[in-house]
Amino acid sequence: MTLLRHTNTDIKPRKALTVNAAKTCQPVGAMYAALGIHRCLPHSHGSQGCCSYHRSALTRHYKEPVMAATSSFTEGTSVFGGQANLLKSIETIFEVYAPDVIAVHTTCLSETIGDDLPQIVSKADDKGFIPEGKMVIYCNTPSYIGSHVTGFSNMVNGMVKLLSESTGEKTGTYNLIPGWVEPSDMRELKRLMSVMGLNTIMFPDTSDVMDTPLNGDREFYPEGGTTVEEIKAAGDSSATFGLGSFASKAATELLTSKCSVPSEVLDLPIGLRATDRFIDAVRSTAGVEVPNSLTRERGRLVDLMSDMHQYFHGKRVALVGDPDQLIALSEFCADLDMRPVYIVSGTPGKIFETKVLERLEERIPEVKIANGANADMYLLHQWIKQEPVDLIIGNSYCKYISRDENIPMIRHGFPILDRVGHSLFPTVGYMGGMRLCEMILEAFLSKLDRESPDEKVELVM
Amino acid sequence: MSTEKPSLEELKEEMVSAYPSKVAKKRAGQILLNDVAEDGTVPEIKANTRSTPGIITQRGCCYAGCKGVVLGPTRDIVNLVHGPIGCSFYAWLTRRNQTRPPTEESDNFINYMFSTDMQDNEIIFGGEKKLAEAIREVYDNFKPRAIGVFSTCPVGLIGDDVHAVSRKMSEELGINIFGFSCEGYKGVSQSAGHHIANNQLFKHVIGRGTEAPEGKFRVNLLGEYNIGGDAFVLEDIFERCGITLCSTFSGNSSIDQFERSHLADLNLVMCHRSINYIAEMIENKYGTPWFKVNFIGPDGSAKALRKIAEYFDDDELRANVEKVIAEEMVAVEKAKALYTPRLQGKKAMLFVGGSRAHHYQDLFAEVGMETVSAGYEFAHRDDYEGRDVLHSIKVDADSRNIEELTVTADPEEYRPENADIKQSREEAGMAFSDYDGMMPEMKKGSLIIDDISEHETEILLKKVKPDIFCAGIKEKYGVQKFGIPCKQLHSYDYGGPYAGFSGAVNFFRDIDRMVNASVWKHLKAPWAKGA
Repeated sequence: MTLLRHTNTDIKPRKALTVNAAKTCQPVGAMYAALGIHRCLPHSHGSQGCCSYHRSALTRHYKEPVMAATSSFTEGTSVFGGQANLLKSIETIFEVYAPDVIAVHTTCLSETIGDDLPQIVSKADDKGFIPEGKMVIYCNTPSYIGSHVTGFSNMVNGMVKLLSESTGEKTGTYNLIPGWVEPSDMRELKRLMSVMGLNTIMFPDTSDVMDTPLNGDREFYPEGGTTVEEIKAAGDSSATFGLGSFASKAATELLTSKCSVPSEVLDLPIGLRATDRFIDAVRSTAGVEVPNSLTRERGRLVDLMSDMHQYFHGKRVALVGDPDQLIALSEFCADLDMRPVYIVSGTPGKIFETKVLERLEERIPEVKIANGANADMYLLHQWIKQEPVDLIIGNSYCKYISRDENIPMIRHGFPILDRVGHSLFPTVGYMGGMRLCEMILEAFLSKLDRESPDEKVELVM
Repeated sequence: MSTEKPSLEELKEEMVSAYPSKVAKKRAGQILLNDVAEDGTVPEIKANTRSTPGIITQRGCCYAGCKGVVLGPTRDIVNLVHGPIGCSFYAWLTRRNQTRPPTEESDNFINYMFSTDMQDNEIIFGGEKKLAEAIREVYDNFKPRAIGVFSTCPVGLIGDDVHAVSRKMSEELGINIFGFSCEGYKGVSQSAGHHIANNQLFKHVIGRGTEAPEGKFRVNLLGEYNIGGDAFVLEDIFERCGITLCSTFSGNSSIDQFERSHLADLNLVMCHRSINYIAEMIENKYGTPWFKVNFIGPDGSAKALRKIAEYFDDDELRANVEKVIAEEMVAVEKAKALYTPRLQGKKAMLFVGGSRAHHYQDLFAEVGMETVSAGYEFAHRDDYEGRDVLHSIKVDADSRNIEELTVTADPEEYRPENADIKQSREEAGMAFSDYDGMMPEMKKGSLIIDDISEHETEILLKKVKPDIFCAGIKEKYGVQKFGIPCKQLHSYDYGGPYAGFSGAVNFFRDIDRMVNASVWKHLKAPWAKGA
């Protein structure tokens, strides 16, 4: 039996139909970003279903409570506009849930109506619904433009726009805008900055928010998250490193134009060379030495790549997911001498293909890249049907292809609904590179162990 | 430290006191202590009213009720979502509707998601052209027998006519294509979407079939969505009893089952909230009577089977039903003996759905557990108080916008003989078109909360400390951070099946596993235990 029995090799051009999407909509990204602010309650300005779906998707991925409120639009709201509902929401949220910040994002509904967020928030302030010292920040996240990554980027951009300030006095601190990565990755990025000896403001920061301990006392607002003061102070930092141009470029560049903080947008530090570029950029910008411990950490990753090279070499890989991740992963796969042949992201952006090709350095002439409209997992599966791969890297939905085609997969990206680990163990940095190698090897070798003829089963590998 | 616990009345006060006064007043009407009078009068609860903006609610939207709940389990209809990508993405395989196509070649689209991925261009200039093209592309790629088109929020606003496009494309392609105006903002919860799904299935699908399956006792099972394989369990029981399942709405279903469902002799309603409209409309048009069943719990399952046998008044069927019940009860009794001592006296709370918060109370009771507090996410007053109150429910602006079909007897296809059987059974005391609701079956003094909020949940968890809390994925981990296990009754936590007799055994085992898990003893570090 096959799970995706209607998928075949006959690729028909499509203009209007998306099947098995390789992206979702903006607001879920905005909600995730907002969770990375300390004592912030994300607020979805639209119908109840949006908030419910986004909370569910994030909860299933992170296995953590996701608190967020909604404007609960009705048919009447859709006719008369969402102002009354947002005012009521702001009043009620501060009274009942007492956050430091409400982070409002829009939905396709409130965008189509044309609700004016700055005007409504200012009205809420006039009415005294925003207590002294508390804030409402906001951003526009129309679901019919971009993807969940765009929504994440827009909310982070909103943080800079509405919070960051320049006092004219530099603090010697460095900003890190991590992009949409796991709480484990955010924790690891902070560790790397600390190993480099730098004071860092990282925002958003979902570590200690989306990976909280179980101890019998739930914190409605967990310990983690970047504080409003920190995001404000980001305007006085010495420099900003933005990781991943799709998720972090907008906020990084806004901080430069708004507060004159010099900045650099780098690839997500996934894999050896992207991590090298990140560490090297931090080193040269901050004028610090890379400590020996970190160079040795790097060496351990290189050692692993060399030890296990025979199992990576020549393996054909399909990559599907979010652009910042795939740009870095395609390079890392090629550096392991694997062949990333199919690369699919639903998140639209002209630089995606350019960047991937740049990172592949003409090593994979057979590569096929699909991006934006109709770049979906149905197309990827059709490609795989035409010429198979040895490994799929992507979110949980890849398992339907993996099972049908008996191709091993490793889970990376969003959402991962059927496994744990991603929120606890990083894939960024050298440590993350080692973990990726381990996961890929496990996928290959367990298949080999399972399927080799008896006499070919190897004890030592 | 005082060990005295606040009374439930005090808890209610504490819950509403945190709200702004208008909100407090509204919520006070949705929180009450159960007190059913001796003459059967049930206290009135406010239900199916708007959630307050800003209050963290469990509820979803109309689209979720229509596409997600009712049509989601179908396998051979391509469910095409017209809108931005998210709505289709989030409903992709997340409800665990299992399905078993009869052959390797049978259509099965359940693992796919389909969307028009509406862009800003369509928001400005209209999306009908893209929808028509997407339908054509669905046909070119998948050749389905039928396509359902689901409207999302912006579709209603920009005025795309999904029904007109569906009609036109149906003519062009020669297959059944039908639309659902289930924009997320309609109604106050998923409930509006159930009603819209019922209406469109009735208008466009039910009644198109001409042949019923062979069998003496033909029934439809309405409101069984095959979460975790529940429908498989019931199909097996029916088959062993000699009852022929004409259709299931909509777990493990096919569209030809829906099309022929009007040819069954009796409708059994599981989830009253989501499907009672179809039961009523089929009865009005075709004369098929319906009654409520509850196949959650061995007691309810046995009652339902016996009632079916009584309805058909057949000795062989009666004997078969008794035989199956006896066979099934062996494992159930064994499990009850094993688990009752481990679960007796534990307290449960259920806040979920439009039926489950009621149905699962029976299962807890079987092993000596008490439901101290319960409520629905999106039910109406009749689901709390019973269908007797239907006539007194005021139709508000949000409900008035949901189409109410007027259905009359079909001059050719109405079967008066079924109505006659109903009449004679009624005279013998059998109940039809019945649902007594949750409250008459709950203890006096239990706390009933409609559309419970996050804030109210927290107070229940902190102050009453139930041994298990039943809700959905959004509540799951927040509840468990308090050290209280949370059982998901939408997805069953990827366990189940829980229906019928063998399902009850699974449920008892899972509840024991959760309530008595070792991990709850280790929440505090050894050096922090006194703290």
